[in-house]
Amino acid sequence: MNSQQPVSKPSGPKPWYDPRVRALVFQALALAAVFWAGWVLIDNTLANMESRGISTGFGFLDQSAGFGIIMHLIPYDATMSYGRTFWVGLLNTLLVSFLGIVAATILGFLLGVARLSSNWLVARLALVYIEVIRNIPLLLQIFFWYFAVLRNLPAPRQSLELAGLAFLNNRGLYLPDPVAQEGAGALFAICLLAVVAVVVLRIWAKRRQRATGRIFPTFRVGLAILVLVPALGYLATGAPIAWDVPELRGFNYRGGLTLIPELAALWVALSLYTAAFIAEIVRSGILSVSKGQTEASKALGLPNGLTLRLVVIPQAMRVIIPPLTSQYLNLTKNSSLATAIGYPDLVAVFMGTTLNQTGQAVEVVAMTMAVYLSISLFISLLMNLYNRAVAIKER
Amino acid sequence: MGGSVMKPPVSRLAPVQWIRQNLFSTWYNTLLTLAVGWLLVTSVVPVFDWLIFGATFSGDGPGDCVGKGACWLFINQRLNFFIYGFYPDAEQWRVDIMFALLALSFVPQFIDRFPGRTWFGLFGLTGLPLCGYILIPGGWFGLEPVDSSKWGGLMLTLVIAYVGIIASLPIGVLLALGRRSEMPIIRGLCIVFIEVWRAVPLITVLFMASVMLPLFLPEGMNFEKLLRALIGITLWQSAYMAEVIRGGLQAIPRGQYEAASALGLGYWRRMGLVILPQALKLVIPGIVNTFIALFKDTTLVLIIGLFDVLGAVQSTVTDPAWQNVATEGYVFVAFCFWVFCFGISRYSQNLERKLDTGHKT
Amino acid sequence: MIKTRWIAVGAALVIGAITSASATAATTLENIKKKGHVQCGVTTGLPGFSQPDEKGNWTGLDVDTCRAVAAAVFGDAKAVEFTPLTAKERFTALQSGEIDVLSRNTTWTLTRDASLGLNFTGVNYYDGQGFLVSKELGVSDAKDLDGATVCIQSGTTTELNLADYFRAKGMEFTPIVFDTSEQTVQGFSSGRCDVLTSDRSQLAALRSKLPDPNSAVILPNIISKEPLGPVVRQGDDEWFNIVKWVLFVQINAEELGVTSANVDDMKKSDNPSVKRLLGTDGDMGAKLGLAADFGYHIIKQVGNYGEMYDRNVGPGTPLDLERGLNALWSDGGIMYAPPVR
Repeated sequence: MNSQQPVSKPSGPKPWYDPRVRALVFQALALAAVFWAGWVLIDNTLANMESRGISTGFGFLDQSAGFGIIMHLIPYDATMSYGRTFWVGLLNTLLVSFLGIVAATILGFLLGVARLSSNWLVARLALVYIEVIRNIPLLLQIFFWYFAVLRNLPAPRQSLELAGLAFLNNRGLYLPDPVAQEGAGALFAICLLAVVAVVVLRIWAKRRQRATGRIFPTFRVGLAILVLVPALGYLATGAPIAWDVPELRGFNYRGGLTLIPELAALWVALSLYTAAFIAEIVRSGILSVSKGQTEASKALGLPNGLTLRLVVIPQAMRVIIPPLTSQYLNLTKNSSLATAIGYPDLVAVFMGTTLNQTGQAVEVVAMTMAVYLSISLFISLLMNLYNRAVAIKER
Repeated sequence: MGGSVMKPPVSRLAPVQWIRQNLFSTWYNTLLTLAVGWLLVTSVVPVFDWLIFGATFSGDGPGDCVGKGACWLFINQRLNFFIYGFYPDAEQWRVDIMFALLALSFVPQFIDRFPGRTWFGLFGLTGLPLCGYILIPGGWFGLEPVDSSKWGGLMLTLVIAYVGIIASLPIGVLLALGRRSEMPIIRGLCIVFIEVWRAVPLITVLFMASVMLPLFLPEGMNFEKLLRALIGITLWQSAYMAEVIRGGLQAIPRGQYEAASALGLGYWRRMGLVILPQALKLVIPGIVNTFIALFKDTTLVLIIGLFDVLGAVQSTVTDPAWQNVATEGYVFVAFCFWVFCFGISRYSQNLERKLDTGHKT
Repeated sequence: MIKTRWIAVGAALVIGAITSASATAATTLENIKKKGHVQCGVTTGLPGFSQPDEKGNWTGLDVDTCRAVAAAVFGDAKAVEFTPLTAKERFTALQSGEIDVLSRNTTWTLTRDASLGLNFTGVNYYDGQGFLVSKELGVSDAKDLDGATVCIQSGTTTELNLADYFRAKGMEFTPIVFDTSEQTVQGFSSGRCDVLTSDRSQLAALRSKLPDPNSAVILPNIISKEPLGPVVRQGDDEWFNIVKWVLFVQINAEELGVTSANVDDMKKSDNPSVKRLLGTDGDMGAKLGLAADFGYHIIKQVGNYGEMYDRNVGPGTPLDLERGLNALWSDGGIMYAPPVR
């Protein structure tokens, strides 16, 4: 550029004033610093573990665990490996997170709408609920639900019972467990068929509505199909499901499905707590839809319910989804408080008992953190996809 | 004010009308009102009975709690432990001074007309931590040192929350700037840092800080348990802080960045003098909200064996001398947290409303 | 070219920093002397073994074991600080150097000794696992516990023993695992489980914490051996020896009849064993890297093993535990210490 002068040196700004060079140097330094810090940490850790004779490596995952776990979604007993305890804990974490997300979403939406209700008492009550629940630590609420509620339930021998089929006591809620008999496969196929039929019906109804403007009562007909077809199928296939009814033997009820109090307390606490936050998100989402939209919809003659369902909520969802995602993530992370009341989630089982029996803290903690990181990335990914799908319609 | 401006008509309803409009407007509203009303009456009465009317407030010992209601006597007698933990009696005035200074710095923030309240606030952010650093651990100016293992109760809860928020602020600012940096590597590093910390539960962070941090450090280097917990909380919190501040940075119009560049300011001056002051003002409500979240999360330190207010209560409710005081203990802690959090959240909502009218473009 | 030069400068800085970062390792004893106190890991609260009062003063058998170590090192039983740890945290806390000695009713097992980087220094309480059941269940033997729900503390050997015991007997059980002993008691007293299992000494302690201690009984069955003792990090034999011999000195003192009350008189004793124990003869202290009269300070300030036992867990205390296995070998127990010689 500056070819006027016959100097061979490159002129222009001195290299250390050139922003690009500076940026490069700065980044190189930052990267080097991070690598150095990481290297020092790893080096220290290895040296410390070496000098203290702590075993390393993931070999422990194959050793037999030797302890019992109260609740396992996959078959588990004490002779299985530590690796298995990882999966048991992980599935329990996922279970309570999933249950919590579903319940918190439903309750949160109800509360959010209640907050805007024209009924003064309902709106106030929703407000009081939200302000009380979200300003009290979750851990405290978990303790409350676990210890306060547990104390008030009867002992197994004085269980509350419903028609001799379901039992409630301080060991949990016992329900009959369906056991598949011969012909259950056919019944399952029939149920699947009913679901497919409803989906097809819905698509057809939408299409017809778009073409002719006539509304088909999809919901009612769909519900009828979903209830009647499996019921008829059940009779037609000769009642292929037997019920394993829990019965009192020795100390406890045995057989059937059990909802343990630890899971119930954690589920209730997580749902109630998160619902308070979701309610506020829903409320601000609904308020963000401009009044003109509601008025226009009313002017079209849509009743209140339809206005909410077809006009307000779809638009509000755009505002609601991003913060809702982070609430879901929070709930999943908060499920780790399970360890305080003995629900066998990943942190309690794997980062608790397994870590303690093997003493390999670094490996176990790394695995646990990796799980939460993956869950977090996965939920973010899903929500981003959804977000994109919703956002495109706007243009 | 022109005389032609008409005031809006006063819309005051007679009580009967109000009730009809707000409670019994339609048949399902009526039903709802009745159902909710019935629920309230049947649940509130016994609760108040237990809380206040049937409760025991004073007395000499466990034997005096005979009524059907709550035994607040228990809280009354253990209050010192719940507030100060194991902090020595003779030195508790130091903690009291800190409580007073804390109130002095932040109560004026709730009163709009208070003269010079900004200065009180600034003192709260700078001078107060310094005072705390001198007063609470002691060892300066002839103050008797009090080891951090003796701290506990409400005081420890406040220390953890306060240190967490103050220390995470500058780190959060740097991370937020880094995440919006034009240098890909810096941006990448910041994103990774923020997302990793935000993804993991606080329990795992605390656990790592409390028992594994010493493994990472060279032999012979060691901190106290509380300090390690504080480091963990601060790093975790700074990731959340960074996201809040990033929101503020994004809300600043591009013109401000360009104008600052046009003045020939370098990066740090551009950020420090033009962008950050505006951005931080915008996100004060957000910062206050993260503070509330952190304040509630401090209860988790009981899992690593620190006696915060919940830990202190939990360790005393199993005292065999007192029968079944667990509920009283938990209600007391819940009330403490609720008062703090509700007060602060009111403040942040107020602020939000005020900033909203003042700043929106 | 310019870029590479900068990178080179950066690299040089980094390398410089690395080399300066590696510190020289000091021994545990040196570190402790520098700090001025022994950092001791204890429970978060277990009557008789380690329990804080409202002022944060710790008492208990495990606490006294630590105080004895402090008395040996500093000649001052108060030069000790306690870190309350959950069962889960205890080994990592010791491995990582947060505490110098773990005295938290920890069972000595092969795995813990060999693969956790720990050394057990001895046994300060011989225990066995038992069961605590509510009286109204009418159970008198562990054989009748088939199908029971069992409350248990996380991260303990009891968790493993329990599974083994029930499996061997072909019985079923439901484990409810809590983090701390407080929560375990709360779970038991609120009726969440039929049985609480733990070391029998702990059961006595936990039973004393129940709203009505008489509503529960400890079953006669002992399903495991639980030798409990202090633990130190592996790799520092000097410190290992000190902690090991502090307990041996206390046991020997009981055998020789030296108590905190008569120790000053005993200093004038002619018995060569007593003289070696109290440091009036020989250089036993120097061999361990301690003061010559370390034994005297232990006995004077903390007492011998028997005193320590009676004060914290023995008959007359809320725990009310007979000496049993923990009596001296000469009294029908198995407490036996190598001679100070």
